[in-house]
Amino acid sequence: MNLPDESNDSVIQLRDVVVAPAGFPALAGATLEVRAGELVALRGANGAGKTTLLRLCAGLAPLARGAASVLGVDLSRDRAAVRRSVGFVGHRNGLYGELTARENVAFVGALVNATRSEVNAVLEEFGLGGRVADTRAVALSAGQRRRTALASLAVRRARLWLLDEPHSALDADSRQQLERVFIQATAAGVTVVYTTHERSSNSQPMPRTITMDAGRVVQDHA
Amino acid sequence: MSDTTPTPHGAALLGAGTARRSLGTATPATRIIGLLTLATMTWVVVSAFFITSPDVVQGDSVRIMYAHVPAAWVAYLAFVTTAIASGISVVRRHRTLGFDRVAGASAEVGVLFMGLALVTGSLWGRLTWGTFWQWDPRLTTTLFLFITYVGYLAVRRIDATPERRAKRSAVLALLAVLEIPLVHFSVVLWRSLHQEASVLNPDGDVRLDGLMLFTLFSGVVAFTLGFVWLVIHRQRLQALVDLQGTVGLDSAIAARATEAVLR
Amino acid sequence: MRNVFAVARKDLVVEWRARLLLVRVLPFALLVLVLFAVALDSEALLERAAAGLVWLAAMFAALLVVQRCYDIETADGALDMLLTSVVEPSRVFFGKLLAVVGQLLVLVVVLVGGAVVLYGVRVDAAGLVLLVTTVVTAVIGLASVGTLYGAVVAQLTGRDSLLPLLAMPVLAPLLIGASRATEAAFGSQTIDLATGWAWTALLAVFAVVFTAAGAASFATLTEPDA
Repeated sequence: MNLPDESNDSVIQLRDVVVAPAGFPALAGATLEVRAGELVALRGANGAGKTTLLRLCAGLAPLARGAASVLGVDLSRDRAAVRRSVGFVGHRNGLYGELTARENVAFVGALVNATRSEVNAVLEEFGLGGRVADTRAVALSAGQRRRTALASLAVRRARLWLLDEPHSALDADSRQQLERVFIQATAAGVTVVYTTHERSSNSQPMPRTITMDAGRVVQDHA
Repeated sequence: MSDTTPTPHGAALLGAGTARRSLGTATPATRIIGLLTLATMTWVVVSAFFITSPDVVQGDSVRIMYAHVPAAWVAYLAFVTTAIASGISVVRRHRTLGFDRVAGASAEVGVLFMGLALVTGSLWGRLTWGTFWQWDPRLTTTLFLFITYVGYLAVRRIDATPERRAKRSAVLALLAVLEIPLVHFSVVLWRSLHQEASVLNPDGDVRLDGLMLFTLFSGVVAFTLGFVWLVIHRQRLQALVDLQGTVGLDSAIAARATEAVLR
Repeated sequence: MRNVFAVARKDLVVEWRARLLLVRVLPFALLVLVLFAVALDSEALLERAAAGLVWLAAMFAALLVVQRCYDIETADGALDMLLTSVVEPSRVFFGKLLAVVGQLLVLVVVLVGGAVVLYGVRVDAAGLVLLVTTVVTAVIGLASVGTLYGAVVAQLTGRDSLLPLLAMPVLAPLLIGASRATEAAFGSQTIDLATGWAWTALLAVFAVVFTAAGAASFATLTEPDA
């Protein structure tokens, strides 16, 4: 299987990818390329294949056909290897309710040998400092929980963030905070790909918007 | 049932075209096995009931042996088959679903024969010794094996993709291989504490003459043939069921493409 | 190795904060002991059967502990995150195993205490050594089977009824061995200490086998597939 010329900063490369976990082709020939540091919004109706595309890039879903390479890892050969450097946050946040925000992030940090100061720095970056850090996850607001999940990705030094509908259940203020987080992350070289239902976005600057339909990429506005 | 039914692999290769033919699971090979099974079973039944003589000690109740011993044999054969097929499906990287289907089919048929062995063994004990159950190692281990397989089949029934089902079931089957010797060994130790005067094994006391031995042996052969026949058919049936879910990935992809155009 | 302790520590902290072991599982286990007494209605019989009843109650309560161990992961989808963050899935298994062992040790100690109080059991010095060894090896075996089969059913619907069906047959040897060894430790007429130690050896084998099996199959069982 030949992948096209890999430019150095290409983070996701998909060519005619088919993913069909139960025989049904959730992705039916998707082609996409994303470079490092990009902020990408993935739009599309329900069932268009957005979540499956994210899960494929996270190494969670198996590749049925086509060529896929994420962060230099060939997904048809070794999708487990890509999971370490990729951060995936699905519809739920993956937090432990009884642990505080700090403890949740510190746990993930412990898995990658992050120091306490690194953990604290990340918490500050994501607006989770002060009292919020020591509040149990069940008591945090939806926006704070989302940002805690993202902070876990940051402390893991994930170079690619794949976020499934991160804006859902957030109010306007929280959404703005989220946008700020994205901008900060991409400025630091992280690639962020997120899915959304919304037709239009008010975020500045406008992210690259990719539209999916019926398991394929149909539109791509930079 | 058509004589030129494609094998599951063949059906997959042919794609959507097979929808028009009638799909059955018989092939010339299974027809032969089926006939042989019928023939040997008939002989065994006739011999067991009419030709062989009753036992000196047990009388006519010894005839249960002709059903019990072969059933127990097949039950353990099924267990070994499931274990080996599961082992292969874990070790091999490609085309493992066929082995998983065999493992599942063998477990289903095995549970059937295990149940039969337990029931006939229990009846035999009741007729010979007056009790339905003995806590001897063999019976107890068979009972645990039976329950383990019921659990295994319960997990297989859970709706999942064939790959996921295969992985989960294979692990469970291999764990059962670890578990059964442990169970047997501990039950042996356990019962040895009780110093039973005689292990009440009905078949330990039966003196077998030539004809009885031959009938018993034929019973084993007949039941084994029956097992093979059932497993082949069940495995093919499962292949067709799985095929229903995955046939024509290409046509499904094409269908999705038109779905977008029509919108 | 650090990952193992991190996972174990996290599990224990979550459990400590939620206090489910303390508030629900231990009372349930003691209740089972009480119900046995009500059902059997004979103090002599209870004293003789004490060892078996303790381990029976332990097995039932252990299933609750294991269910909880995985519920905290599936409640907010943390299991997926965990498996994508940790390099070796077997480390997650060992971490969870440690946490479950910790909780089950507390459980069994309380149950033995319950047997002493409710069933009139007495333990002398020699028996105590055997008892402690039995408890430790049996708990490790119980925990490894539970953690392993808990992973099998973790993300399935209807798992509450599936886990007992899968785990109980496998735990039969453990039940036999732990009960007989504990019976010897409690000073039984029919089983001497030497036999009790033989049973403990069987328990050790059981623990090793299922811990190894769990570590080996954890990755396959939790591999994400969609």
